[in-house]
Amino acid sequence: MSQTATVDHVVAPDSGKGAVDYIRNGKGIVSWLTTIDHKRIGLMYLGSVVLAFLVGGLFALAVRLELLTPSRTIMSAAGYNQAYTLHGAVMVFLFIIPSIPASLGNFLIPIMVGAKDVAFPKLNLFSLYIFWIGALITLSSLVLGGIDTGWTFYVPYSSRVSTTAVVNVTLGAFIMGFSSILTGLNFIVTMHKLRAPGMSWYRMPLLCWALYATSLVQIVATPVLGITLLLLIFERAFQIGIFDPALGGDPVLFQHFFWFYSHPAVYIMILPGFGIISELIAVHSRRKVFGYKAIAFSSVAIALIGFLVWGHHMFVSGQSELAGTIFSFLTFIVAIPSGIKVFNWTSTLWGGSIKLDTPMLYALVFLILFTIGGLTGVFLGMLGVDLHLHDTYFVVAHFHYVMVGGTAVAFFGGLFHWWPKMTGKMYSEKGGAVSAILVFIGFNMTFFTQFFLGSRGMPRRYYNYLDQFQPLHAFSTVGSWVLGAGFALGIVTLLVSLKNGKQAPANPWGGLSLEWQTASPPITENFESTPVVTHGAYDYPLAQGQKEHA
Amino acid sequence: MNKPHINIDSFWLPRQSSTLAEKVDFGYYAAYWTGIVFFLLITGATVYLVLKYRRRTEKDKTSPIAHNTALEVTWSLIPLVILIWLFFVGLRSYVYASVAPAESYEIKVTGEMYLWTFIYPDGTAVVNELAVPKGRPVKLIMSSKDVLHSLYIPEFRVKQDVVPGLYTTIWFNATNAGDTALLCTEYCGSGHSDMLATVKVLEESDFEKWIEQQSGPSDLPPEELGKLLYAKKSCATCHSVDGSPMQGPTFKGIFGRNEEFSDGSRVAVDENYIRESILNPQAKVVKGFPAVMPTFRGLLKDREIDALIAYLKTVK
Amino acid sequence: MSSSAEAHVANGEKSPQFHVAHHFPTADIQFNSGKMGIWLFLVTEILLFGGMFCSFAIFRSWYLGGFVEAHHHLDRVMGGINTIVLICSSLTMALAVRAAQTTNKKAVTVLLGLTLAFAATFLVIKYFEYSHKFHDGLLPGIHFTATGFQEPREAGIFFAIYFMMTGIHGFHVLAGMGLITWILIRNLKGQFSSRYYAPVEGVGLYWHLVDLIWIYLFPLLYLVG
Repeated sequence: MSQTATVDHVVAPDSGKGAVDYIRNGKGIVSWLTTIDHKRIGLMYLGSVVLAFLVGGLFALAVRLELLTPSRTIMSAAGYNQAYTLHGAVMVFLFIIPSIPASLGNFLIPIMVGAKDVAFPKLNLFSLYIFWIGALITLSSLVLGGIDTGWTFYVPYSSRVSTTAVVNVTLGAFIMGFSSILTGLNFIVTMHKLRAPGMSWYRMPLLCWALYATSLVQIVATPVLGITLLLLIFERAFQIGIFDPALGGDPVLFQHFFWFYSHPAVYIMILPGFGIISELIAVHSRRKVFGYKAIAFSSVAIALIGFLVWGHHMFVSGQSELAGTIFSFLTFIVAIPSGIKVFNWTSTLWGGSIKLDTPMLYALVFLILFTIGGLTGVFLGMLGVDLHLHDTYFVVAHFHYVMVGGTAVAFFGGLFHWWPKMTGKMYSEKGGAVSAILVFIGFNMTFFTQFFLGSRGMPRRYYNYLDQFQPLHAFSTVGSWVLGAGFALGIVTLLVSLKNGKQAPANPWGGLSLEWQTASPPITENFESTPVVTHGAYDYPLAQGQKEHA
Repeated sequence: MNKPHINIDSFWLPRQSSTLAEKVDFGYYAAYWTGIVFFLLITGATVYLVLKYRRRTEKDKTSPIAHNTALEVTWSLIPLVILIWLFFVGLRSYVYASVAPAESYEIKVTGEMYLWTFIYPDGTAVVNELAVPKGRPVKLIMSSKDVLHSLYIPEFRVKQDVVPGLYTTIWFNATNAGDTALLCTEYCGSGHSDMLATVKVLEESDFEKWIEQQSGPSDLPPEELGKLLYAKKSCATCHSVDGSPMQGPTFKGIFGRNEEFSDGSRVAVDENYIRESILNPQAKVVKGFPAVMPTFRGLLKDREIDALIAYLKTVK
Repeated sequence: MSSSAEAHVANGEKSPQFHVAHHFPTADIQFNSGKMGIWLFLVTEILLFGGMFCSFAIFRSWYLGGFVEAHHHLDRVMGGINTIVLICSSLTMALAVRAAQTTNKKAVTVLLGLTLAFAATFLVIKYFEYSHKFHDGLLPGIHFTATGFQEPREAGIFFAIYFMMTGIHGFHVLAGMGLITWILIRNLKGQFSSRYYAPVEGVGLYWHLVDLIWIYLFPLLYLVG
């Protein structure tokens, strides 16, 4: 491979001679379940979240199928309410929140900063077990009565009226919260204390910056969700009266608590996606990132300002007009750093050497879908316009553009990008490219339609809907099949490569960050000897023999 | 069940049927055109750059330019200015929507699983039908009896959560006579999507007539009046007459049917049981159905209950 | 201390009590990492309790009368004694850390034992307080059965918050006792010295936080109401 020519100046060890790679170092299921190697833990997280994605995806397809006709199609109203609630809860708590940080982040952060492992490897394994336990408790609701409250668990419906297994799901989410907290804590300490010699903050890959910001939010926001869910559990089990208006409590307080976590949680979900897109665009354009510091600090800015905008979920909830006004204003301010990122990514393409490998295709899909997601967020941030659009399909479409078109697409892009590194196998470019295109088409069919539905007054969480909306709903349902096929093809392409894929070179894309300077797959402690870093993660001009640019 | 209809007369939005609608839509289109411009800029630039700078050889040299302060300040400040403008546009219609004129006609609204009750100043209570005079500001004072609901009238562009233990308000000034839809937009349980009402916008004189009529047509035979009440008082939201199960048991063949209750006891349905179930629905709950029926105490007069019983005897 | 620790690594002569995990370049970095991890964890603990302090503040401002009325039913003497007990336990904990730093194994054992004893005393007193409340029907929300209150519903919410906060705090005391027992056993095995005492210090920091939270809980619930 000629790409290796671009990296021969890097002061890094000649990797992969002698030591055994991390996959073959230790055989049998016990060696995996007791491992403290961050790469193996990352891989186990990866398997878990992809499984959760499939479960959540099946619920999504069921929901869309039910909505093919205005009244009953395949299930009862109660069944429908459970299907969309489980879709939301599984996707949010079991897939999106852990997806990028716990799987790719776990695998990559230590390698990217030149460390042998995360700061607390045993704690890392412990986090995985907590995640599994929480996930199992959540999923136990499937056989113990389901849940029909919506993933937001609004009281007093969730605390008094619903007869489903609300406690299982909230308790599971509460437990998984600790996994999230401990993972974030581990990452922050790792990046502070274990960077290799020469790895200054500004030489770190932007994925690290993004995950640093994510970890901050995880640590600060998740405990509040923890206490909120705990209060809800007590409210439901013992009727303690904090949230139930019949006992003097306040249901709007629950919403404040819930969104104080869950809005920052939106950034837990999207910031890692930002990080991945920064990597994909830079590496597949072989271009020094335009505005490195702007991208890095905008992540941190989003993480911080993101704590002050939770009330924009509650413009029509009964909170005061003044509060609504302040939250709306701050919402517009937090839009700026996201905009800056998009401009910087686009500018990074200028003067690059762009190759449309599968990861790059996913990055471009992200760029377009996230731009739509961001711009439609502006509608919802406007107080007056939100009066009309709140809790309609417009909101549903908007957050799917951000969460699926943003995070899930970034996750798949990242998966294709680092798959050769993680498994040592190259996948079929054709399969990857077709999956990216199918996802793009299917996604827009499914969700762009929903902007029409919402603008025209279709409320969300409706089992029976007005007949006039059927054509749009039917189109959206057909789109969901294309979208499902796209994601399925992506997963199949990767799985097939495990069996038939060619051996991956150490650096298939010609990247400069440290993970590309070690073997594919890496050895157990990542590097033969501690790497010494002499340049930034994206110093392509230097690697191409150009003179230092002032 | 007859579902209401939303009139849609533009590509994106429902008909503007209140004085607020125009103001909200101005904000919508402000964001819309801003969005279109930025979207075209970003995707246009992306597509152009991807085509122009595609990889020719493995030895391509790439640009070392890593920042440009003037450019970066520009693309931060221009969006900031636009966003602050949009904030004020949104704020303007919000302020208009928040402050009801003092002379507004006040209607009390109660949301409960799964119906709306509208109580007029003269005490008239109507279920799932909101008649309002055209061209006169109307203020809804809303509260919930059980869980959260949200009252939404798309053609008026108004929406507000209806919260137990709290009064929330909205106001509007309807501009088009005719029927439109009122929907619940805060999830409230398995009948959430059936919690609909029809908004009737009437000319002032028709509105006065409508209010008078609500005291009830008296000359109908009991079966006919019962059938009318079945539809008007929203029994039809949860009870079918064709045998299909909904939120509640079907009315088909109900009279004389032997029902089993959640506590295991049984009774053959008679006049007393129907009366009790209307006034105190939780006393005996049919097995397999959630105990969610609201009481109709105060909403139905004795004569009307008799009429309903007479009607139910005819549903076979 | 740090230079001697590094010297050990450089010479490769690790004593059996000297733990540097495989992925840390030096003992110093390991020590600092552990400390940073603990502090970050304490931040999350503060935020966890922050949510409850927040609901206390909100409901107190709404239901001032009911809260003032309800708080007279808390036992200030028992609460006061418990405050003193916890402050003492913090002192013995701090001294235990100091003793570990100076490789005084025996003192560490005694001081940790004392801390455990104080913690147990706290829980016993708490048990008596709780059983009085249960007996009098001073319970959260719908279970509130005490009579003679002007605002029983508000008092129910007060006791909901009281039981939540003190209950979760009590759970933390219990967890702290487990951790102290764990380092006590490790100390008995002779694993701590001036070169390696990070676990003692970490548990110490956690214990001080548990104490600190009580220092806020006591005046807010018992004295101010």
